[in-house]
Amino acid sequence: MFEVVSNEILAENLHKMVLVAPRIAKARKAGQFVMVRLAQGEERIPLTIGDADPAAGTITLFIQAIGASTRKIVSTPVGGFIRDVAGPLGKETHITNWGRVVCVGGGVGTAVLFPLVKALAEAGNEITTIIGGRSERYVILADELGALSKNLLITTEDGSLGYKGFVTGPLSEMIADPARAPQAVFAVGPVPMMKAVANLTREPGIETIVSLNPIMIDGTGMCGGCRVQVGSETKFACVDGPEFDAHLVDFDGLSDRLTSYRKEEAARHAAEGCKLAKEVAK
Amino acid sequence: MSNDLSPKERMAIDRVHMPELPADERSTNFEEVNLGLSADQALSEAQRCLQCKTRNCVAGCPVGVSIPEFIDALACDDLPKAAKILRGDNALPAVCGRVCPQETQCEALCVRGKKGDAVAIGYLERYVADWAMLHPDRLLKEAKPEATGKSVAVVGCGPAGLTAAGELARMGHQVTIFEALHDTGGVLRYGIPEFRLPKEIIDREVAVLAELGVTIECNVIIGKTLTVAELSEDYDAVFIANGAGLPTMLNIPGENLKGVYAANEFLTRVNLMEAGRREDSATPILQRDEVAVIGGGNTAMDCVRTARRLGAKRAMIIYRRGEAEMPARIEEIKHAKEEGVEFIMLTAPLAIVGTEDGWVSALRCQKMELGPADDSGRRRPQPVADSEFDIPAGIVINAVGTNANPLLTATAPDLKLNKWGNVVADEEGQTSIPGVFAGGDIVRGGATVILAMGDGKRAAAAIDQYLKR
Repeated sequence: MFEVVSNEILAENLHKMVLVAPRIAKARKAGQFVMVRLAQGEERIPLTIGDADPAAGTITLFIQAIGASTRKIVSTPVGGFIRDVAGPLGKETHITNWGRVVCVGGGVGTAVLFPLVKALAEAGNEITTIIGGRSERYVILADELGALSKNLLITTEDGSLGYKGFVTGPLSEMIADPARAPQAVFAVGPVPMMKAVANLTREPGIETIVSLNPIMIDGTGMCGGCRVQVGSETKFACVDGPEFDAHLVDFDGLSDRLTSYRKEEAARHAAEGCKLAKEVAK
Repeated sequence: MSNDLSPKERMAIDRVHMPELPADERSTNFEEVNLGLSADQALSEAQRCLQCKTRNCVAGCPVGVSIPEFIDALACDDLPKAAKILRGDNALPAVCGRVCPQETQCEALCVRGKKGDAVAIGYLERYVADWAMLHPDRLLKEAKPEATGKSVAVVGCGPAGLTAAGELARMGHQVTIFEALHDTGGVLRYGIPEFRLPKEIIDREVAVLAELGVTIECNVIIGKTLTVAELSEDYDAVFIANGAGLPTMLNIPGENLKGVYAANEFLTRVNLMEAGRREDSATPILQRDEVAVIGGGNTAMDCVRTARRLGAKRAMIIYRRGEAEMPARIEEIKHAKEEGVEFIMLTAPLAIVGTEDGWVSALRCQKMELGPADDSGRRRPQPVADSEFDIPAGIVINAVGTNANPLLTATAPDLKLNKWGNVVADEEGQTSIPGVFAGGDIVRGGATVILAMGDGKRAAAAIDQYLKR
């Protein structure tokens, strides 16, 4: 059992949760994740380890509550327990001093980006962080990321904060300017965003790393459910990733596999909605 | 009751038939298929044993169960004694009595099998083990071993790990099992369906170990949460039995389409996460009318029978050799056929065909014929020219095997591996690191529950010797 010691709401449906998990706190590196199962009968969900405090024995998870399972996880109160947290899993991020690095985060991907930016900053990189969201309400961790970055750029689709448009706008401007062009790009967010970033950096040959979020069951390589096509090879995101060379990832295939259970999940949501409605009616 | 029948009287008794759930009933649920023997059946079967001095059956058992002795106690209707003998040799008798391939091990060497039917050793093992579970108050107390003050870390809570843990605890060592998943049993829980091995049986066997003082810590991934080196520092010896591995890919087009599963994923969803088995399970599973399972081993049979239970109207085994060459247990093949599984033999997959929106629609196959024997001693399948054809399928399950998992070994640089990535260990399980032993699938590659248990038992004896030095 893993105790919840804090549970803050950062933005709509986005929680920052701190859990007591001393072994994981000690062992984890940037880029790694944990498999979380709230209780008996619940799903195993992969969640990136956002941060850790080995001295306090705690790990921080940023959780976007969009599905039934993540909604239940974030509803655990402080002092409550999560039954299973296993990890750290996945390979750690390869961190080096590239020089100028651009880190791009979209939506909850911004939270996944946080440990990477922290590790890249510690390695002496000059970081420009670009974070985007649909509107001001969906822009998260701006202060924390700003503190670690030389520049922080924000984009919103409706223009309610920062540049109006997508994260790719400022990124392409930087790439076009030899004085600002990055030596490496890290991108974490929705699959179409990562794909768009990869398309921008492919031509100029800028090393680009993405962190993928396919469907996973065990997280230890055993089941093969998280497979993604990278170059000519099939890779398992849980043991070979979750970070890969963006220029080799088959984003369309990944996108497609992520929809595998859409029908099943919709049916479950509907059933839960009914149950809720019945309870309310009582 | 005594067991003093004449050989002639024993020879006159026919082998029992295991009562089973009717096929049409069981193929719609996950109830256990084999119902177990009645007391009369067990007694009668036990009396068929000739109690031969040569004990061939024991030689055929990877864990060396004292088979004639426990059967004799059973024939004398002394179940407490039978249970004590069985438990003394085998940490998981209720599991072995259900999933061991007895027909190729103990029963294959039974003298009575030379002329007629072998003694149903597996059924008797199951009977005694199940009786013991139901009658804990009547079991002969095991003498508590004297604590040695030595500690052993066991990596993996599957058959090899559980067996080694039981043996070591009985020798008085303090044992801690580290399990990566959130529940015990390893492949017994995530891999073997409930209709062959009820989860309750695993829980009870594990409870016996807990009573012996074995500690089990779930959600600890050795190689990630802790390393082998850290375990070596904290414990006097380590036994690595982390098993399973990574699915072997088919390397054919269409493998990443939606609806294509590796056997482990399909079985884990249903067995470990209870998808499709419980209404409140949050883990989804796809259910389709036509399911094609590629492979001919026990895992393939487990997948296809599970698919049938999840509602597949047409559940198919696609195998590139013939039925005689299939590695699956005869009983599993028989049960699958009774349950309406279709066997499409001498057929190899070429590609998985998909719809425009990325779903599986068919398995493109090619007919095969058997040529001369290959290195494995089986006749090598060869393609028949111009024999391509499509089998419509909404789900395709790849059950062709696994490769070594690098999770643990990647962070144990001193651990010697073979060219396939499996841990190199000698007959007794000793690895290249002193005090670190290994057994089961991580050493052998994919094998059976009982071979893994045999490894666990041998390694436990070697670890005991090592700790006494």
